[in-house]
Amino acid sequence: MYDFDWSSIPGALPFLWQGMKVSLGITAVAVAAGIAWGTVLAVMRLSSARAVSLFAAGYVGLFRSVPLVMVLLWFFLIVPSLLRDVLRLSHATDLRLASAMVAFALFEAAYYSEIIRAGIQSVSKGQRAAALALGMTPLQAMWHVVLPQAFRNMLPLLLTQAIILFQDTSLVYVSALADFFGAAYKVGDRDGRLVEMLLFAGAVYFVLCSAASWAVRLLRRRVLA
Amino acid sequence: MISVRDVYKSYGEVEVLAACSVDVRKGEVIVVCGPSGSGKSTLIKCINGLEPFERGQIVVDGVEVGRRGTNLSRLRARVGMVFQQFELFPHMKVIDNLTIAQVKVLGRSREEARRKALALLDRVGLREHADKHPGQLSGGQQQRVAIARSLALDPVCMLFDEPTSALDPEMINEVLDVMVGLARDGMTMVVVTHEMGFARKVASRVVFMDQGRIVEEAPTAEFFAQPKTDRARQFLSKVLHH
Ligand SMILES: Nc1ncnc2c1ncn2[C@@H]1O[C@H](COP(=O)(O)OP(=O)(O)OP(=O)(O)O)[C@@H](O)[C@H]1O
Ligand SMILES: [Mg+2]
Repeated sequence: MYDFDWSSIPGALPFLWQGMKVSLGITAVAVAAGIAWGTVLAVMRLSSARAVSLFAAGYVGLFRSVPLVMVLLWFFLIVPSLLRDVLRLSHATDLRLASAMVAFALFEAAYYSEIIRAGIQSVSKGQRAAALALGMTPLQAMWHVVLPQAFRNMLPLLLTQAIILFQDTSLVYVSALADFFGAAYKVGDRDGRLVEMLLFAGAVYFVLCSAASWAVRLLRRRVLA
Repeated sequence: MISVRDVYKSYGEVEVLAACSVDVRKGEVIVVCGPSGSGKSTLIKCINGLEPFERGQIVVDGVEVGRRGTNLSRLRARVGMVFQQFELFPHMKVIDNLTIAQVKVLGRSREEARRKALALLDRVGLREHADKHPGQLSGGQQQRVAIARSLALDPVCMLFDEPTSALDPEMINEVLDVMVGLARDGMTMVVVTHEMGFARKVASRVVFMDQGRIVEEAPTAEFFAQPKTDRARQFLSKVLHH
């Protein structure tokens, strides 16, 4: 029978909290940037200009058919050296966090754009017609009339996607960046208590994500009410 | 003011407008009627460029609608349109429904837009509802707000697509009263409706459509007294005996 020993956890909490801040930071940036870029992609996808629509479809198709881990690795291998050259940074500058944020934002945008596209299509055609009939340009109609209603309809889905994203940030361990999961792994490895640390980290993910899902369900009920 | 010349339009194989021609003079009120699917909505959507058409010519207040390079948004800002389903913006307060296009399209200041909006809400009898959301109003009230929203842009003419057919019977008159008032004030109007009482009261001519064609166009009294086609006679006996 395995002998559990949880004694290394209390001392590791400050370090784990640093990791949690990295995880939350990546999530926040990726959600914000992913929704912004995803909205642009969704609008492009629905454009009547064929080239524009094809570009968006290609982008979404590409990112949805490669594993996230692979995208992350590309970015860790390529983006830091690229940025260093462009910005003339010293080699000491740690760009792993920035690369992770960019990678997640670009990847998540593909998923967000599909949610947002469905949201846009859920707004009745008459709303757009009424906006156009008032002299708004197609972009004004999209921005002032269609998107606000689309976002209201799809808010629960967007938040659910954010919860998935938060879990997926653990994948940055491939770059040895100390997010929450990475921090837990390091501590457990150091103290020879990997099993306990990973169980503990899992429990934290479980509690946070369950609470967030529960909040989304409450919100959904209020939005639909 | 509005001139429609020999307009054709089809959705794929289906021809929905064929050889449609009609003229509306400044200050005139025209009623368009006809059975479901006869192309009435499509015709008035072509007039403000919401639907493209393949052949023919439409000129509104000197602007050629179908020509490439016509600034359709600018034209639509000068042509009011009222929809069967109201199409108020549900995420905005009533007052914001009336100001948004004034500010974003005409570039008016917020204060000026607000003054104008409140005056128009007053005119349709809904000033005290300015800070509500459309969902809190009855259908008749929503449609009056929609009319005020169009008027806020000082349109040169107004298009109505069955403005009362989604309403409960007891609310129809409050909307028609607003429209009659508009007509009496000299607004140029094209009204798709089956409200023949309204037609008799303010329309100078009635246009009857069937299967994408304008099969009859006559001064109002003449249209009701002696419709020339069998289709119009059948249609009239149906809507009048309701
Ligand atoms: N987007 C569309 N795609 C294909 N066919 C369409 C489309 N919109 C309208 N139609 C067809 O065009 C014809 C005319 O439609 P329209 O809406 O102009 O008729 P209407 O006279 O306004 O009818 P109603 O009294 O039911 O409102 C109909 O046969 C309809 O099925
Ligand atoms: Mg119609």
